[in-house]
Amino acid sequence: MGFVISVNGRSHEVDLPGGVPLLWVLRDELGLVGTKYGCGVGACGACTVHVGGEAVRSCQMPLEEVAGPVTTIEGLGTPGTPAAIQRAWVEHQVAQCGYCQPGQIMQAAALLGENPAPSDAEIDAAMRGNLCRCGTYERIRAAIHAAARMMREG
Amino acid sequence: MSIARPLPHDAAPLHVTGQARYVDDIPTPANCLHLAFGLSRIAHGDIRSIDLSDVRAAPGVVAVLTADDLPHEADVSPSAHDEPLLATGRVHYVGQPVFLVIAESHLAARKAARLARIDMAGREPILTIDQALAADSRFEGGPVIWQKGDAGKAIAAAPHRLEGTVEIGGQEHFYLEGQAALALPQEGGDMLMQVSSQHPTEIQHKVAHALEVPMNAVRVEVRRMGGGFGGKESQGNALAVACAVAARLTGRPCKMRYDRDDDMLITGKRHDFRIEYRVGFDGAGRILGIDFRHLVRCGWSMDLSLPVADRAMLHADNAYHLEHVRIESHRLRTNTQSATAFRGFGGPQGMLGIEAVIDRIAHALGRDPLEVRRANFYADAPAAGEGGSGGNGPGRERRAAQTTPYGMAVEDGILNALVARLAERADYAGRRRAIAAFNAENEVLKKGIALTPVKFGISFTLTHLNQAGALVHVYQDGSIHLNHGGTEMGQGLFQKVAQVAAAAFGVDVSQVKITATDTAKVPNTSATAASSGSDLNGMAVKAACDRIRERIAALLRCHYQTEQVEFRDGTVRVGKEELGFAEAVKLAYENRVSLSATGFYRTPKIEWDRRRGRGRPFYYFAYGAAVTECVVDTLTGENRILRTDILHDVGASLNPALDIGQIEGGYVQGAGWLTTEELVWDEAGRLLTHAPSTYKIPVCSDRPRVFNVALWEGENREETIYRSKAVGEPPLMLGISAFMALSDAVAACGPNHPGLRAPATAEAVLAAVARARG
Repeated sequence: MGFVISVNGRSHEVDLPGGVPLLWVLRDELGLVGTKYGCGVGACGACTVHVGGEAVRSCQMPLEEVAGPVTTIEGLGTPGTPAAIQRAWVEHQVAQCGYCQPGQIMQAAALLGENPAPSDAEIDAAMRGNLCRCGTYERIRAAIHAAARMMREG
Repeated sequence: MSIARPLPHDAAPLHVTGQARYVDDIPTPANCLHLAFGLSRIAHGDIRSIDLSDVRAAPGVVAVLTADDLPHEADVSPSAHDEPLLATGRVHYVGQPVFLVIAESHLAARKAARLARIDMAGREPILTIDQALAADSRFEGGPVIWQKGDAGKAIAAAPHRLEGTVEIGGQEHFYLEGQAALALPQEGGDMLMQVSSQHPTEIQHKVAHALEVPMNAVRVEVRRMGGGFGGKESQGNALAVACAVAARLTGRPCKMRYDRDDDMLITGKRHDFRIEYRVGFDGAGRILGIDFRHLVRCGWSMDLSLPVADRAMLHADNAYHLEHVRIESHRLRTNTQSATAFRGFGGPQGMLGIEAVIDRIAHALGRDPLEVRRANFYADAPAAGEGGSGGNGPGRERRAAQTTPYGMAVEDGILNALVARLAERADYAGRRRAIAAFNAENEVLKKGIALTPVKFGISFTLTHLNQAGALVHVYQDGSIHLNHGGTEMGQGLFQKVAQVAAAAFGVDVSQVKITATDTAKVPNTSATAASSGSDLNGMAVKAACDRIRERIAALLRCHYQTEQVEFRDGTVRVGKEELGFAEAVKLAYENRVSLSATGFYRTPKIEWDRRRGRGRPFYYFAYGAAVTECVVDTLTGENRILRTDILHDVGASLNPALDIGQIEGGYVQGAGWLTTEELVWDEAGRLLTHAPSTYKIPVCSDRPRVFNVALWEGENREETIYRSKAVGEPPLMLGISAFMALSDAVAACGPNHPGLRAPATAEAVLAAVARARG
């Protein structure tokens, strides 16, 4: 039995068991490798995507429970046409190794979707499940504030 | 000029859009196989029998290999040839690979790996430092001992004496991208490897050995790593060799990536240390004599433990001039993961040893620890223009440079001035008074502050590793192709080196194509380690670019009959003419000038005798200092960093934005090591903290509330690339200030020295509060 999921505005028929985590559907089946495997237990945030506009850990979301349209980092913007939050990330020179950053950006984008002007404490609360071993947290915070400004000002 | 500009990481637009490819993202051919190791579940024992029938019968399994099934010996050690790819008869730690599953999918391989029935005859494991000492289980026979002066006599004659112990935990790298490798069989038995490794040449060497082919039959490519931190210097060998062996056997591409738990169980971590000391000092806190005993838990194999333990000894002085010093280092062999390289490479542990001693001396004398630190600093070098041969500054007595415990003159000291500047900027004195007032009024919450310095030696201590090569092509359209032996793990090396290349040709950095590290382009590379990446590769690239530029210039001088040729702003000025860079290149091509060159660099001035502990192992030192203020809840042990101020020396920065990023990240990682990151093994030697659910690296909310980072304005006194300094490792040790601030806060709880152990988890802080209260 197949599943139909919408990813970045495109509909896909996926013929896989319902228990397969969304992460592997995206990476292995759809070739969307921007979403990363980090820990497999939903404790590092590297695999964060949006389902129905909410940030979820795709390594912990079985295919059969995907209840809304999925947006991945590839759906947010491209190097040629980056989203405001991606531009803010580049301007603030956030990424070092870059591996956790798709997850960080998806988490931050979900935060800004709910709260267009988050405080430092609100950023900490929203981002605390997204690990960055390079320690780019200071710049992540600055980039989120900058992205919030850019989005407010259009 | 592209140098010194805060340009973003070259891959930034790719990083933020998910387009940056890591090994596991590279599209593989449809027939690619996937590997998983079956692991030892006991810490020490002999394999009686292995029944792999269920593994072989599992769905999707293509082949299963034990050590006996390997066609050739396969060793994955970077040093002593003591790490068989798969256990040979005896297992030495929980997590050691015993067999290899080759399957149609990653999941199939992992599932099958759980189905083995292995009968083991258990042996008593040696897990702790005490057990290893009792069993005399060690590397290198006995301890390594270096000394200067007569520490024993100086301590005995000192007006004050103390002795004590500093416990220092290890650290898991937790690179977000786990270990990964991909082997692609080529025609004629050649092998192409795509790996996440800081050391492509070593991967090439180990794969060639395991396949019994010369190194020229193996090509290794590394585009980027999702973090390395030392954990990908040697720990990727096993995956790469496994993939190559399996690919040779099956004739199919083979990929392996560790699941996070496997990664944490199998791979080595930072060495944990116990440092015992005896110290004699005067009433001002000046150290008159000191004797250190480093007890280093190395794990089951040698790996890089000898140079790590050496570097700990080399940093036992940190920033302090010691006249009489003895350092004894025991490299203990235990039935645990083989401890390995980790940012700082032993330096952090050695440094924490003496910082803890200083903290204790200050407490004993009732002095501000900063005062005691300053009383012991190496003297600053005379400013440029002063000193030298007879150039005495006014009122300054000329004297020989002070020497380290290993006899190297400290000729580039700046810490007295740097610390004075930082203390002033961060208002250390005013805040210390405010904290004392706060602590006097608060029973439950206690604040603490500490300023600690870093002096870190730059060069590989294995002298021959201090070399690098580069390969640069200029194409006939004026575009530049850049390659060198360094690897990119997030530190921004590729961008820094591209800035060097762009500067050499006077063009914009966008004209320089950065390419993956490739053993077929630049051979015999050293690991990208020891913070050396930009020092070594920057110089090699500059040499290559300078050669090509000089060839073009020579042609233009001849062609235009002028001596004046200048490459600037994307143009070449030749006498009164001005050509576009591409135009000049085209002219050179048409006149049959070679537009490709290699470059090579070897670090000058260094020589080192590690057995005697004498010489000049380092080309120069990198310096820095940090002030951290924290608050501790004395009822729960919970704590927060409130503010951090850093002043750090990167010489003349090649790229201030990248350098400050390294400093911020290094501090966070160092503070994590000493506070929340605790590795716990049970009595059977099983690592209990093998996932992010139990092993706590810093998160967003752990960063300092206020975080001020500034670069020291100065340049390297040595002739490094544009007088810059290395930046990868030194800032990690700025995190020691967080630990010392916690010690300071806890000391406010009572009359005794807290004797805080590292990591200062909430439990450790509570225990220290109890000790302080007495």
